[in-house]
Amino acid sequence: MSYQHTIQHRTYRFDNLRMLLARATPFRSGDALAGLAADSYEERVAAQLALADVPLKIFLEETVIPYEKDEVTRLILDTHNKTAFAPISHFTVGELRDWLLSDAADTAALQALSPGLTPEMVAAVSKLMRNQDLISVADKCEVVTRFRNTIGLKGHLSVRLQPNHNTDDPRGIAASIIDGLLYGSGDAVIGINPATDSPQAVVTLLQMLDNLRLQFDIPTQSCVLCHVTTAMQIMHHAPVDLVFQSIAGTEQANRSFGIDLALLKEAHEGALSLRRGTVGQNVMYFETGQGSALSANAHSGIDQQTCEVRAYAVARQFAPLLVNTVVGFIGPEYLFDGKQIIRAALEDHCCGKLLGLPMGVDICYTNHAEADQDDMDNLLTLLGVAGCNFIMGVPGADDIMLNYQSTSFHDALYVRKVLGLHAAPEFEQWLQQQGIMDHTGAILPVSNAHRLLGYSATANR
Amino acid sequence: MELRHNNHIQEDPWASLRAFTTARIALGRTGAAIPLKEVLAFRLAHAHARDAVYSHLDTNGLQEKLQAIFAGPVLQLHSSVADRYEYLQRPDKGRRLDTESSGRLSALKDEYKQQDIAIILADGLSATALNIHAIPLLELLLPMLKAAGRSVAPLCLAEQGRVAIGDEIGALLQAKCTLVLIGERPGLSSADSMGAYLTYSPRPGNTDETRNCISNIREEGLDYSHAAGKISYLVSEAFRLCLSGVDLKDNYGLFLEK
Repeated sequence: MSYQHTIQHRTYRFDNLRMLLARATPFRSGDALAGLAADSYEERVAAQLALADVPLKIFLEETVIPYEKDEVTRLILDTHNKTAFAPISHFTVGELRDWLLSDAADTAALQALSPGLTPEMVAAVSKLMRNQDLISVADKCEVVTRFRNTIGLKGHLSVRLQPNHNTDDPRGIAASIIDGLLYGSGDAVIGINPATDSPQAVVTLLQMLDNLRLQFDIPTQSCVLCHVTTAMQIMHHAPVDLVFQSIAGTEQANRSFGIDLALLKEAHEGALSLRRGTVGQNVMYFETGQGSALSANAHSGIDQQTCEVRAYAVARQFAPLLVNTVVGFIGPEYLFDGKQIIRAALEDHCCGKLLGLPMGVDICYTNHAEADQDDMDNLLTLLGVAGCNFIMGVPGADDIMLNYQSTSFHDALYVRKVLGLHAAPEFEQWLQQQGIMDHTGAILPVSNAHRLLGYSATANR
Repeated sequence: MELRHNNHIQEDPWASLRAFTTARIALGRTGAAIPLKEVLAFRLAHAHARDAVYSHLDTNGLQEKLQAIFAGPVLQLHSSVADRYEYLQRPDKGRRLDTESSGRLSALKDEYKQQDIAIILADGLSATALNIHAIPLLELLLPMLKAAGRSVAPLCLAEQGRVAIGDEIGALLQAKCTLVLIGERPGLSSADSMGAYLTYSPRPGNTDETRNCISNIREEGLDYSHAAGKISYLVSEAFRLCLSGVDLKDNYGLFLEK
């Protein structure tokens, strides 16, 4: 089906929904690289005007990749909940935007609506929204998940402690973990990106993490972010809490990651069977990021933000504990500067939340992007206001293994302090018991004799 | 960096753990904030990385030095990218020569074509890395290639180039393989790291799995003599097997890879 909009005497035509979505997207370098961006500012607004008038029902009829060709499309349509969709089934995309911002769309209404929304509907409405709208709507959502603690409650912000080391040296990793715990980080997960994907190296790191957790009775979960097939191979003889995988929004892009839906289902069932969660059974940890499908040459003519939101359909099928959009990692050919990174992060967070996902954001950039710490400070503050479930905690914001800059333990303290946000309740209680944090949430000085420093001495011997 | 010590800083009593990692741990704090001394140290590292991204290939200086160690022609080429701003956003253009450059290669005399190996020096994301490391590496590598009986095509300097620009250059030179020396994406701890990519049977459209990569060439990383030895070994293996990439396993010595 084609779409059009006329501005004065000029009529802009868009061949199909896929093209309309791409042309309506706020500018970013990746869409230009793919040849999908609008040619002018006017064309972009024309596309947004046309998109605003598209009935939501169209999204159930016109796919951006054919049903027969792509299992993500099949998943989206086969799991669409018509009952949940019913209250908004007569809306256009524009009406959905206005309704989302209305007082009628409260937390309960948004939670009830979530299974009735498809990724393409959510991507479409986000393209019409200003940054302020993306923050307002996300702030009204609440997505709570549980494993050994409770993540995503309103007024809380959790942190993935990311203690990476360039040679996976357990002592070096332990040093960064102690640093992070003493700064109040680690309630989302203690998660290591391994430098190698060898099963034995992963097992060694998992055992180290589990010993540390058990010795200090830390109410959190651990993860070594290896490929899902590696986790499946070792999960019956190693302490696997969460199963990790990078995912994307097209079948072909997922195949380039070495996965498909059947494999994820098998991994999910395997992780559930371990029964390691104490307060809940959300056992999956997914990472995504705009541009990944284009980077794998598997975007099928879909703009990078719509591809990203389709990845959330994959995620929500497996009830994850954490979904993390690694927004600025991919580089300037996809998101050029601080402005594009900030916009993309707010989109991802809001779209994921609308689809019912426990969204966190890796607020980050590489050295060849036009961005710096000031941009990250802005984004961190905006996401704190928007109610982001979790962020990363990297020593001094400098990841020495992945060679990029994320947020620091100090950054997490900053945003919790200025916005009055708390760590996950179980973890916060533990921090207080350990003398790391006081009852107001302020971090306390620790002495040489702190028992966590005793651990590091033992581990380093 | 020397900043006067002040009393607002809450020091962390685990500085001894820094012995186990180069991560920025035990930074201390003032309130919830990182102490200024550490903020400025970070900013300086980022400044070095940013300056490296925007650095220029010293084409004339490199040409002069190359001609002192290499008897054949040294060519100055350019990708189809207009400037660094475009380079960062259009990797496709950084992989292709501009028309003047491709014309010059096509017009080269036949005697320079069909050689064993074409060596290309591209700025990539850190021209600084090439300006510092390319000559010392080639001073060791060129004699090793000669000793192994390999013929070397005219050396090429490629401004605003990506790794795959070597495919077009190699194809126009009809070289059996290419070695692209290129500036790697600068990290906070290393703004001058050089990479070397070996591709057997270069042609446009080759993808990453057809290449072997030697990374982190710099004095504090993989030093020149080890890098040259490793490249020389991979070239021999590539010619023995008539391929490069994932099927060419790197069994040369025991090196600490990143």
